[in-house]
Amino acid sequence: MAKVKGDIVIDLEICKGCELCISVCPEDTLGLGNKINVKGYRYIAKVNDNCTGCSNCAIICPDSVFTVYRMKLN
Amino acid sequence: MTENLIIQEDNLVWNKPSTLLDVPMHYCPGCGHSTVHRILMEVVEELGIADRTIGVAPVGCSVFAYHYLNVDMQQAAHGRACAVATGIKRVHPDKIVFTYQGDGDLAAIGTAETIHAANRGENITVIFINNGIYGMTSGQMAPTSLAGMQTTTSPFGRDVQTMGYPMKISEMLAMLPGVSFVTRQAVHKPALVRKAKKSIRQALEYNIKGMGFSLVEIVSNCPSNLKMTPIESNIFVENKMIPFYELGDIKVPSEVL
Repeated sequence: MAKVKGDIVIDLEICKGCELCISVCPEDTLGLGNKINVKGYRYIAKVNDNCTGCSNCAIICPDSVFTVYRMKLN
Repeated sequence: MTENLIIQEDNLVWNKPSTLLDVPMHYCPGCGHSTVHRILMEVVEELGIADRTIGVAPVGCSVFAYHYLNVDMQQAAHGRACAVATGIKRVHPDKIVFTYQGDGDLAAIGTAETIHAANRGENITVIFINNGIYGMTSGQMAPTSLAGMQTTTSPFGRDVQTMGYPMKISEMLAMLPGVSFVTRQAVHKPALVRKAKKSIRQALEYNIKGMGFSLVEIVSNCPSNLKMTPIESNIFVENKMIPFYELGDIKVPSEVL
């Protein structure tokens, strides 16, 4: 079975730190960072490289913060 | 594997829809409104109807929907979105008209307009966000608030003897012959968001076919006024609201034209 590897790009400035994405990520790739963005919210950051590109975070995210990429590894 | 190999145009699996304007939304963190805005605009993009769609924004939290949805929009007086949509649809019968309303707008002040638009079988789609509370005016009791629910105007819980029972608008409207499609969905889990998107797509397809009034009710959260974190408010929706507002299709057209 081909392994799948994914990656996400996070738009830090529109993230409101609601943490819904953390609760739905099956790989525990996401965590809340300590930095604060322009709007005054702590924003989401990647905490490991286990992302499989399942898009759960992008689908639950109210503010469309994520762009998701996925590729198959041979 | 370096990141640069993965982050390429060919590997893109999810991106913000082009019909959603690239501005930060004013909604509270974790609010279901923004999710529904996005799935609605994803459907409009997929159906390729962005240039002939007209939306009607309500009064309430989503009053600024016209700042975010990149389609022609009209803002209606409080509760009158269905009446305004009726006018737009009758003047422009070739356009696809939808309204986007909350429960304070559709189920309280706009009940008459909604029921009569449905009874006339106006060919419009209504997206109805039901979070059981008035969000913009800081958490008063709505007609859809659950029995026993504490709000700022029912601080000891909603007493059904004096304040009435929670109103199931979808079931009421499903009885009317002019209504083609009524469904109730939720957006607090990825799988349910996908289902809700499918239902909105179905409703707009029936609208395009001219089959009559269609309504998609979305049971949503209100973290700020329930005084909960977004995750807790989603658990409240799951455990308290969904058992009363049961999800699923309430009325589907018997034959698809």
